[in-house]
Amino acid sequence: MTDPAHVEQIVRDGPAGRAAVVFVLPLFEEANRLRRTVRLAMRALAARGIASLLPDLPGQNESLLPTEAATLARWREALARHVRDEDAAVITAATRGGALIDDIDAAAHWRLAPASGASLLKTMMRTRIASDREYGRDTTIADLDRMAADAPLRLAGNLLSPTMIAELRSSESAPLDRCRTVALGAGGEDRLAGRPLWLQAEPGEDAALAEEIAGDIAQWMAACAIS
Amino acid sequence: MIYEGAREVEAAVRAVLGDVLGIDAARLAAFRDDSELFGALPELDSMAVAGLLTEMEDRLGITIDDDEVDGDIFETFGALVRFAQVKALG
Repeated sequence: MTDPAHVEQIVRDGPAGRAAVVFVLPLFEEANRLRRTVRLAMRALAARGIASLLPDLPGQNESLLPTEAATLARWREALARHVRDEDAAVITAATRGGALIDDIDAAAHWRLAPASGASLLKTMMRTRIASDREYGRDTTIADLDRMAADAPLRLAGNLLSPTMIAELRSSESAPLDRCRTVALGAGGEDRLAGRPLWLQAEPGEDAALAEEIAGDIAQWMAACAIS
Repeated sequence: MIYEGAREVEAAVRAVLGDVLGIDAARLAAFRDDSELFGALPELDSMAVAGLLTEMEDRLGITIDDDEVDGDIFETFGALVRFAQVKALG
C-alpha cells in the first residue's frame, strides 16, 4: 500500500520517455506567486520537445501532509525520489528557496535567483510581526525565535516546525557540479529579463520570462548533452 | 551629506521598490526626494515592508535591526534612501 503521505500531485507536460526537467518552486508563499509562470515555462519547454514535471512536495500545495510535518530534508528526499522515478535523464530547475533542496543526484542542475534560508525566514518573521501589530500585539524577532524553539510557529500563513525553522536558519544553496545559476536583470550572459514575481503581492504572470526560462534551460541541457 | 556610492544606493532602493511593489519603470523614475511612500502608494502595506527590508539587506549587504525601523523611514523616498545610505556607507 502506498503511504498516503507520499501521494502528491504531479503536473506533467511535454513528450513521454524523454529527458525531463523537474521544476522546484520557491518555498511557501513565494511558490504561489511563481507557479503560474513556471507552468508557462513548462508549456514553452514542451513546444521545444522537452518534457517537464512539477511535483508537489509533502506538505506543499494539494498535499495531505500537514505543513508542520514538512522539513527541508523531507522535501529533498521526495525530490530525489521523483528524479529516480523518471526513466530518462533529469535536470532540476529550482528558483529561490527551491535551491535549498535541489542538491540531489541528477544529470544537471539549473537555478534562478537562489535565496538563503535565513533571508526567507527573516521576511516571513517580519510579515508575522507586521500582522501581529495590526492586531495590537507587539512581537519581536527574539520572541518568535523563542516561540519557535519547541513548538510549531505560524509564519505568513504556514505552520512551521522547530526543525523546519532551524533548517531554514542555517541553509544556503549547496555548491553543485554541472549547475548553471542565473539571476534576473537586463543584459549579461547569466541574466534573464523579467520581473521578480516571487516578491510581489499581486504578481500575475510573466510570459516573456517563462519563455526566457525555457530557452535558457534548453540551452543548458544541450550544453550538458542531455536529451 | 554626499557619500561615495550614494547614487548607487539610491538606484538600488529605487529598484527594490520597483521589484517588491511591482511599480512600473515610468512611475519609479518619477520618484523624488519628497515623493510620499507610506499612505501614498497603495502597494506599500505593512506586509510589503517585510519584503522591502529583506531585499534591501540582501542587495546592499546591510543588516537592519527591526528596532530602528519606524514609520518615518517609509514616509518619503528621500527618507528611505537616506536610511539605506547611512546603513550601507556609514
